[in-house]
Order: sequence, then structure tokens, then C-alpha cells
Amino acid sequence: MSDAVSHQVTPQSDAPVAGRALWRRVLSNPVGFVTVLLLILALGFGLAAPWLAPFDPNLLRLEVTNDGPFQGDFLLGGDNTGRDILSRLMFATRSTIMACLVVLVVSSVLGGTTGLIAGYFGGRLDDLADWVSNVFLALPGIVLLIVLYTVIGPNIMVAMAVYGVLLAPSYFRLVRSSVKSIRNELYVDAARVAGLTDGRIVARHILRAVRGPIIVHSSFVVASGIGIQSALEFLGLGDPSKPSLGGMLQDAFANIYLNRVAVVWPVLLIGVSTLCLVLLGNVIRDALQSSANRPTTLAPSVVRRLRAAAVSGSEAPAAAVKGDRPSLLRVRDLAVAYPDSTTTAKAVVHGVDLTVERGEIHGLVGESGSGKSQVALSILGILPPEAVILRGAIEFQGEDLLAAPKRVRAVRGRRIGYVPQEPLSNLDPAFTIGQQLTYGLRAVKDVSRRDAREQLLELLDSVGIRDCARVFDLYPHQVSGGMAQRVLIAGALAGDPELIIADEPTTALDVTVQADVLDLLRNLQQERELGMVIVTHNLGVVADICDKVSVMQSGRIVECGNADDLFTSPEHEYTQMLLSSTLDGAEMRKPLTVGSEA
Amino acid sequence: MLMYVGRKLVSGLVLFITVTFVTFVLVFSNGEKSVRNNLGELATDEQVARRVAQLNLDQPVLVQYVKWLGDLLTGTLGKSFNSGEEVVTLLGSRITVTLSIIFLALLFTSLLSVSIGVLSAVKGGWIDRSLQFIAGSAVALPSFLVAIALMFLFAIALPVFPATGYMPFSVSPDGWAASLVLPVSALVIHMVASSAQQFRGAMVDTLKQDYIRTLRSRGLSERAVVLRHALRNAAAPGLTILSVQTIGLVGGAVVIEQVFALSGVGQFTITASLAGDLPSVMGVVVFGTLLVLVVNIVADVLNAWINPKVRLS
Repeated sequence: MSDAVSHQVTPQSDAPVAGRALWRRVLSNPVGFVTVLLLILALGFGLAAPWLAPFDPNLLRLEVTNDGPFQGDFLLGGDNTGRDILSRLMFATRSTIMACLVVLVVSSVLGGTTGLIAGYFGGRLDDLADWVSNVFLALPGIVLLIVLYTVIGPNIMVAMAVYGVLLAPSYFRLVRSSVKSIRNELYVDAARVAGLTDGRIVARHILRAVRGPIIVHSSFVVASGIGIQSALEFLGLGDPSKPSLGGMLQDAFANIYLNRVAVVWPVLLIGVSTLCLVLLGNVIRDALQSSANRPTTLAPSVVRRLRAAAVSGSEAPAAAVKGDRPSLLRVRDLAVAYPDSTTTAKAVVHGVDLTVERGEIHGLVGESGSGKSQVALSILGILPPEAVILRGAIEFQGEDLLAAPKRVRAVRGRRIGYVPQEPLSNLDPAFTIGQQLTYGLRAVKDVSRRDAREQLLELLDSVGIRDCARVFDLYPHQVSGGMAQRVLIAGALAGDPELIIADEPTTALDVTVQADVLDLLRNLQQERELGMVIVTHNLGVVADICDKVSVMQSGRIVECGNADDLFTSPEHEYTQMLLSSTLDGAEMRKPLTVGSEA
Repeated sequence: MLMYVGRKLVSGLVLFITVTFVTFVLVFSNGEKSVRNNLGELATDEQVARRVAQLNLDQPVLVQYVKWLGDLLTGTLGKSFNSGEEVVTLLGSRITVTLSIIFLALLFTSLLSVSIGVLSAVKGGWIDRSLQFIAGSAVALPSFLVAIALMFLFAIALPVFPATGYMPFSVSPDGWAASLVLPVSALVIHMVASSAQQFRGAMVDTLKQDYIRTLRSRGLSERAVVLRHALRNAAAPGLTILSVQTIGLVGGAVVIEQVFALSGVGQFTITASLAGDLPSVMGVVVFGTLLVLVVNIVADVLNAWINPKVRLS
């Protein structure tokens, strides 16, 4: 029972691939085609039994007892009492098809309707139905079926109906959760406002959305039905007077030393049909989920091809060295792409150049989706695994970090620190603040646990956390967002880096806390003479603390210059637009207070 | 934390009473028929009636249930209709076989699912795809089919392991292990296929979390990120997967015992059901439900221990 449930597909609220298009997609998949073909053959094999079976399934011919296949009239040989194995297989398959229909109808109708009602109307009814379904799911189904044999007797169809009831919660959950997620969608509200009755809304919108997941789930349910039915019959709890796959298996199994081959046929039929159903279910599930929401990591060969095809789009001079010392950070012609199919990728950053000197705060500004975070994550080598760096170089003190993965690992945490955006989701919920900071510190510095604690307490104090010793032993869920952001800043500073990459460090914070955190960053930067890249969409932050600014639009840097110049005389029209839309024509405010807008 | 455990215990108790009540009512709904079944076709109406009265089966089901529950509190499950022996004794002599199978299967399933899940989630690529495909196929096969195939291969074609029978640990540890290799493997193959896939999903989700990225940015080794942080956070969904799997495992063990002729609770269940031995049948229900409940509560407690949000609430 648990298996059928564990396969559940999460229903999707976006329009699913429907009807014919879905089946075309399933059949064009080789696995889908073969499984559908085999299942149709099995269906035909069973359903045609009364007309095509060569013999009566209960006809006894003692002379062919335990005959192997292809020896006489009985194509697949005789069983342990001299009955035709082929004919019995056909009738047994027929009874399995009927049993599966029973399971399918009982469980989907019962679970589906209760799920619809509970999900749509909610409230107490929902709680009760949910509790009942949890009780059902906590029962070992087959044990219960064996136990209920004392009441049901050797009647497999009734047993399968009971199994259908036991499986109903899986449909219940599936339908209920889809209905709950759809019920609050805008278009359902619109339908209700438009005066559609509940019944029409359910029929038109909700059933359409759950149809796909239900088809997938049903294939798993039928597979588990075949398994359970044959298991019950194999245990001797079926009707011995009728041929059944499990019963045939039981007979053949008891007789295994006399006629080994007879075991093979029922095993093949049960195994192949359940296998086909589950594989087909997976194929349908894949076909239902559009490939767009499944980022797949590209094969190495594809990545090589894409990189070879990527041509430079920037005319930046190569390796210009300022004086004898290379810049702290120089990003040259960086291009980042994400896969949009298994063989192609869409670039989101197109050749970005960026230079940061020591002791300089560089703002990277742009609206969301402009690729600024991608640049920041590239510098640290912590892009998601499916991202592809098409070309470019990231030189840290003259050394290209992209040339070898080792190099970026060597500087990460030690010489480049990272301050993330969402404070609470960036702390590991399973460890205390002290533990996770200690792990980080000891990964980059050779210090004892005790020294690490000393150093970290000092560091926490310097990022403005009072009562450090207490905070050290707290778990992330016990601290506020502002406190968590200070902890993360401490984490970034732990390895004494020369460069800090801060990705929207104030966006997720309360307005009052934003100014404090910016203050803190600036003070730390001045104290330690850090280089810093601040990614932000907030021009107030830029005005507040940045020395230099690069403006990004759709994956390109459109303007770069000193912060003051940029604010007074923006050159690029996009920058002008950003400035006018943010400041709304008003006079520029003084630093510090600006940080608190947004 | 204590409150949490207390709540879990109470809900477990409610579940236990619900399940035993429903099955009791169903099973004892037709006491006369069961007696007839039990005594055989030759029994006269008079004999049946006498037996029904003797076993108190003529009383209302609710009264019978309350009496049964009262007996349970004093540690007895009644006497078998078949042999007249105490059901507790009958179960007790068979429990070690079944618990050996279930415990070993659970142990190996956890170890294998975690290793395969982690490998699949971290490595990705063709390793991930092939493991997923194998798991997707293996999960489709009912475990008794796998058991028959294993027996065919490793007990009959290549007689490496005994085909049938159980050897108590106290008699011969080697023999005990050998007699359990095939049954446990059959269960493990089926369970790992499903739970490794699910654990892989949990790992993939965890590895996508923001804090994993931040930990990487601090210079932590990949090993520490995966084995310390991701694994710890994926453990909670992992435990849920495992406790759901246990429910299936109890059922699987019953069928597997029949294949390998192991005289455990599973075989006992089938004999009792076929013979209409109602008290024994109820004994099995108690055993199965308790086992599921104990595993669920252990999983909940472990979960609370791992998850500071629950532990500290």
C-alpha cells in the first residue's frame, strides 16, 4: 500500500499537457511505446480468453502432468494436475484484469469524491477525512486483507474491493491537495464571481487540473493491485476453483523440483505487467511535467560544444595591469548560461567586465533578472550545478579562478567572503550558530575548537551582537532576521578575506535594520580595507556606501563609473530611467536615510 | 520535547484502539460462521451452537471488544480456537523470526537507501539516471516475485543458500545468517528501490537550499557540506520515508515467510485466517499495529532529536 502512495505526483497548477498531445508525447518515447504495446497485448491475452483459449482451463489430462512446453497439444505444457497452462494463464489474466478494475474503480471513486469534497469545502469535514485517511495509511494492507479472509472467505473480488477501500486515501490525498491549491487560484475566484456554481467549477476547472496526476497515480495503483492480488492467491487465500496467476504460481512453486519452467509463466506475466505499468506511469509523469521546470544538468560534451561556440562579445583590453599590482578582482567577458533543453542553453549574462580595487566598494545595480546575482555567484564558484560558464575570466589578484576548480576552492572563505540575501534561509537550521561558524572557521584556519570559539565570539561582538556567548549557542530559528544577517556577515569575515561579495545584503531586512547593516558593512570595510561588491536593486544603498557603480540590464553592464558621477550625470538611458523611477524626481537625499527607503 | 513525545504517544494509542476496534468488529461480526469454518463441515448445528456459547460469541460485538481490550491490559490475547493454547505464547514463539527479518531488512534498507540516495543526488549525470531507472523498475516487482527469483537463482540453480527453513541464532549464528540472506534480500531490493529514490529527492532538495551555498562559500569541503550538513537536514524526510516503508515491510515479511517456509508471524497469520482462528488473528493485528506504532514513534523521536525546532519547543 505504501508503494502506491509514495509515487504520488505533485499536482501542478499551471496548465497541464492535455489529451492527444499527451498521448503523442508518451507514445513517441520508446519506453512509453513498448510498455503501451505490451499492456495492450496482455489485455488482449486476458480478455480474449473465452474465445481464444485452446482448452477448458479446468480440463484434466493426467498423461500430460508436468509436461514441458511445446511437447503436445498443450502449447506451454501441463501443470501438476495435467491442466493446460496456456489456457489457465489466459483465464487467470482475465480475472486479474477484472480485479484491477475493481480496485481502480473503488479506490478512485471513493478517494476522489471524498478528496474533492474535503479539499473544496475544507473545515471540520476536511479534518475528519484527513484523519481517517491517515489511519488507513498506517495499516499494513496485506496483513489486514489476510486477517479479513476470516470474514470475506475465498472471494478475491471482494478482497480486491476492500483493497480498493484501503487505497482510497492515496487518491484522497492527491485530489485534496490539488483541489486545495487550485481553490484559491484567481481563475477559480473569477469563476465564482462570474456566478458559476460550485459543481460547475469543480467539473470544469478542478477535474481538468487533477486529471494528469490521477492517470499517473492510477497506473501505480493498478500495478500494486496486480501485486496484492497475486500475493493473496499465492498465499492460498484465493478461490482454488478458478485459475489465477497467484494460484498458478503457488502450484508451480510447490512443484518447483518437478517442473521448473511452469514457475516462469506466471512470474513473467505478473512481473512484466507491473513493470510496464510503473514505467508507463513514469513516462506519463515526465510527459506531464514540461521540461522548463526541470533544470537538467547538461552532459559534459554539450557543455564543451557550447563553450567552443561562445564567441567573445566584449572588446575589453586583455589583462590590463594597473601599476605592478594586479587589481583585487577583475571579471573579464563573463558569460553564464542555463540549459533550456538537453542540448541548448540560454545565456543570462553576456560578457560582463568588472574591476574592483582594494578598499573599494563596487555596487552592481539592476532590476531583478538582470543577471547581477549570477555574476556575484560566479565569482565565488557557487552557481547552481546546472549553470554553465560559457566564457570569460575571473581574475583574483591576477590569478584566473576559472582556470582550475581548485583555485576557486582555495580562495573561497579564505580570501573572498560571501554575504547572502535571505538571512534566515542561509543558516543551517540543524546546527547552532556557534557550531556552523566554527565549522566554517576551522575549514579555513588551523585553529583548535577553543580558539575558534574565542575568535568567533570576538567577531560576533565586532559585528554588533551583544550577548555573544548566548547567541553562539542559539539555533537559527531562535534569532531575528537582523541578528541572522550579522551572523552571516561574521561568517563571511571569519577567514579574514580581502574581498566581500554581498548579494542584496539588506533586501530581506526590516527598514530600520537595513541602515544598521549598511553602516556595519561600511565600517568593517574601512577597518579592514576590504574590497567589496554589493549586488543590489536599491539605488539608495548605492548612494549610501558605494564608490563605484556598474549598472546591469539584461545580462550586460550598460554603464560603469564613480557613484557620484553616475548620480549627477547618468549617461545611459537605462540608468537615467532607473534613477528617475526610483527617486521619483525628488532631490537626492543624504546618505544613511536613503538606505531606509525601498 | 516531553509534550511532543506525549502527544505522539496519545495519538498512537488512539490509532491502536481505532484499528483494533474496527478489525475486531469486522472479524467477530459473524462468530457462528467462523466457528463452523473452524469445526469443519461435519459439525452439527448443536455442536456449533454449544461452541459459540462457550466462546461468548453470542454476545454483542461491542461487549466482546471491551472484554478483549480488558484482557489485553492484563497481558493476554485469549486462547486459540484451534489448539486452545494462549495466543501470546503462540505469537511469542514465532516473533523472533519475523522481527529478525524486519529488523535486518530495515537496517540494510536504511544503509543502502542513504548511500544510493546521496551518491545519486551528488554525482548526478549517468550514475543518477541509471540508478533511478533501476530503482524505478525494481519497485514495480512485488517482493514475493523477487523472492521466488532469488530462490530460483541462489538456492536451486546455484545452491549457495538454503531454500527454506529458519535456524535460530542461539543454535548457529552462521546458519541464522544464511537462512535469512535470501528473504531479507528480497525485501530489501523492493524497499530500497522505493526509498532510495525518495531519499535522493530529499537530498536534491536539501542541496538546493541557500544555506548549502553559503556553507560552500565559507570554504567548507564538499565532503563536509554533503555528509555533515545536507545529510543531517535530509534526515528528517528520510525518517518519514523509512517509517512509511515499515508499514509495507510488515506486509512484505508475511508473504516472504511463506515463500521461504519460515515459521514466523506471517505463516501463523495465514494458518489462523484459513482456519477462522479469531483470537490468533486479532493477536496478529495487535502485533502488526504495535510494530508500526513503535517504529513511527521511534522515527518521530529521532526526528525531534535531529530537528532543533521540535526539540526546543
